[in-house]
Amino acid sequence: MAKRIRIALVGKPNSGKSSLFNHLTGLNQKIGNFPGVTVDKRTGSCQLDDATQGEIIDLPGIYSLYPRTLDEKIVTEIFTHPQHNLYPDKVVLIADATNLKNCLLLLTQLIDLKIPTVLALNMMDLAAKSGLSMDVKKLSKELDMPVVMINARVGHGIADLKKAMLKELRPSSVSVFAIEESIQRVVKLTREHFQLTTDYEAYQYLQQPDNLVSLKAEDREWIKATAKEHQFFAHKFQGAETVTRYGFIQELLNKVVLRKSTREWKKVSYGIDKVLTHKVWGYAIFFVVLFLIFQAIFAWAQIPMDFIDTSFARLSNWLAKELPEGPLFELISQGIVPGIGGIVIFIPQIAILFAFIAILEETGYMARVVFMMDKVMRKFGLNGKSVVPLMSGWACAIPAIMATRTIDNWKDRLITIFVTPFMSCSARLPVFTILVALIIPDTKLLGFFNYQGLVLMGLYLLGFTAAILSAWAMKFIIKTTERSYLMMELPTYRMPKWSNVGYTIVEKTKAFVFEAGKVILAISVILWVLASYGPIDEMNAAKVVARQEGEKLGLTEEQIQDNIAAYKLEHSYAGKLGKTIEPVIEPLGYDWKIGIALVTSFAAREVFVGTIATIYSIGSAEDQPTIKQRLKKEVNPVTGGPRYTPAVGLSLLVFYTFAMQCASTLAIVKRETKGWKWPLIQLAYMTGLAYLSAFIIFQTMG
Amino acid sequence: MAKNVAEMKPGETAVIAHFDDEQIAVKLMEMGFLPGTAVRFNFSAPFGDPICVTVSDYDLSLRLDEAATISIIN
Repeated sequence: MAKRIRIALVGKPNSGKSSLFNHLTGLNQKIGNFPGVTVDKRTGSCQLDDATQGEIIDLPGIYSLYPRTLDEKIVTEIFTHPQHNLYPDKVVLIADATNLKNCLLLLTQLIDLKIPTVLALNMMDLAAKSGLSMDVKKLSKELDMPVVMINARVGHGIADLKKAMLKELRPSSVSVFAIEESIQRVVKLTREHFQLTTDYEAYQYLQQPDNLVSLKAEDREWIKATAKEHQFFAHKFQGAETVTRYGFIQELLNKVVLRKSTREWKKVSYGIDKVLTHKVWGYAIFFVVLFLIFQAIFAWAQIPMDFIDTSFARLSNWLAKELPEGPLFELISQGIVPGIGGIVIFIPQIAILFAFIAILEETGYMARVVFMMDKVMRKFGLNGKSVVPLMSGWACAIPAIMATRTIDNWKDRLITIFVTPFMSCSARLPVFTILVALIIPDTKLLGFFNYQGLVLMGLYLLGFTAAILSAWAMKFIIKTTERSYLMMELPTYRMPKWSNVGYTIVEKTKAFVFEAGKVILAISVILWVLASYGPIDEMNAAKVVARQEGEKLGLTEEQIQDNIAAYKLEHSYAGKLGKTIEPVIEPLGYDWKIGIALVTSFAAREVFVGTIATIYSIGSAEDQPTIKQRLKKEVNPVTGGPRYTPAVGLSLLVFYTFAMQCASTLAIVKRETKGWKWPLIQLAYMTGLAYLSAFIIFQTMG
Repeated sequence: MAKNVAEMKPGETAVIAHFDDEQIAVKLMEMGFLPGTAVRFNFSAPFGDPICVTVSDYDLSLRLDEAATISIIN
């Protein structure tokens, strides 16, 4: 029987923790959620020897047990609760050898919690380059724990590390932080009350009861009351604790460091910074990078997307032909398969966008973008760290909103979550493309800029502007006493590690497929039912009428089938819904047909195209020129002119830019803000803004 | 008048004396800003804020209002 041991990886951000995790687990990784909190949990398995399997947990990067962000709380939570179901048997603390001082802070806290730990010294190559040299044996002896030198980028030392993990490991006998005499009594009281194993655990309970999520409310009250009664002032003691710990670390380093590092090795990095954070070049380069990302999302992703599109359409048609008739099989061929297709189609864009973001983060450039944008973003109620979520929003709001977890300030994070869905996501693009092609002539301005391209770009800018202005307005509405910080490491520039980029792409794509996918699928099935069924008499009558009319006009069988589909949709429940909302959307220039498309868009916006294709009996939604031709011919019975005038087209474009039409986004916002309040406000605000803007456009132009 | 980190010039190095804001101080100390430690002002962002400093062998970004709470001796 194989033995399993649970090993937690901890370390500060940029210490190479992800690289180490990827080396240890390879593709045997799972991403889930920590119970009760919305923090990504990355676990993986690793064969340590023939008889032992390691269960590796990658914990969020932290500097100390005092958390700043939501993600970090989980680490404190686990380490102060030995009964926690994720409490590790052993811990590997990965330290950046070029910056050992900061990395050891957390280590001294683990020592005081009496957690068996192995110290993995990473980036020894860079440390050597910087001129640093130290006595690792002595370090191990002084800390009373195994110390292993590794290079997580290339995988050196992993075998040694595995050996160290396997060995019997006892907690270090060193004691770093002695509880001050004046508070020994209250610490002892707390320790007894909760039956804790170490004084430092009790001290942590007293320090931050609010950050320990799994404490019961009455326990939290007890701690607060006890702390107050015994004059335990958290800030004062935390400051003293940090000073004590760094004192210990400095003394330790004085003993083991043989030669100190110089700044020489960072010269290249500083040189790059001179250009990349330059007043002019810095922003120019950032815009070039953005442009490149756009180019990739639009042009390069199109090829795999077209392939996915045709494959799913073929599969759906083939199933429709091969499967026996009946509602269940129709559900599969026309509800479920196209529903899954509607999810898979976005994978290329999402994968490409996150490939770029991962490369930018891996090289260290993203930290500079945050650094450069912080001041500007703060003016609008955001934060430098809002840049990544906003950029991700161009692909899909779901991973984007999940990316806001790195923002430590709740107000900044909430505003970012609130405005991210204004960024034009990939699901809007098919809608934009068809409408722009319909109302904007395919000619060039000054023989160079394509008008259609300019309008498309304008729509993206419009969404971005709405995001920024809404954030600015919210800055004044939401009140908070919590302060916002930007203490962030600016890592030395380095080449990206490609396997890490690969893992990020897989991780983000999975998040999209499973988080957004299940909602999109569920809603598309519901919508399919609504669009396929109606009162039986009416549906049958519609079929007969369509056939009779078609035969009278001498249409082909295929045309008749398309007409039947359109008639059926008109008389289905979805059709009825479209007709019900017609009076509401009439002032925007829409009829009930567009109304049906608006309703079905709630699964994902791009469903608009498919619905329009069905309702105008086009048969196949792949054939864009045909859809365009058909929409051009559509007559508005009131005016006698075309239905899709430039006014209607623009009104629709603006509506799709602003409206919150994505059920998956609402679901994720509900999860991240822990309640229905914010998603509902977001839904009302965005849809209200969409309605109003579309109204103004149609009424002034139409 | 005691100077603070926000008033330093690019390339300047100084020693941290004390902190003026207890709430920020605990966070700063965790990042390695300790009284008696050397701090170097590297460069500032295009609009002058935030700034990049080096403390205990690594580079960090700080907003000016955070930097202003760190008093220095030089």
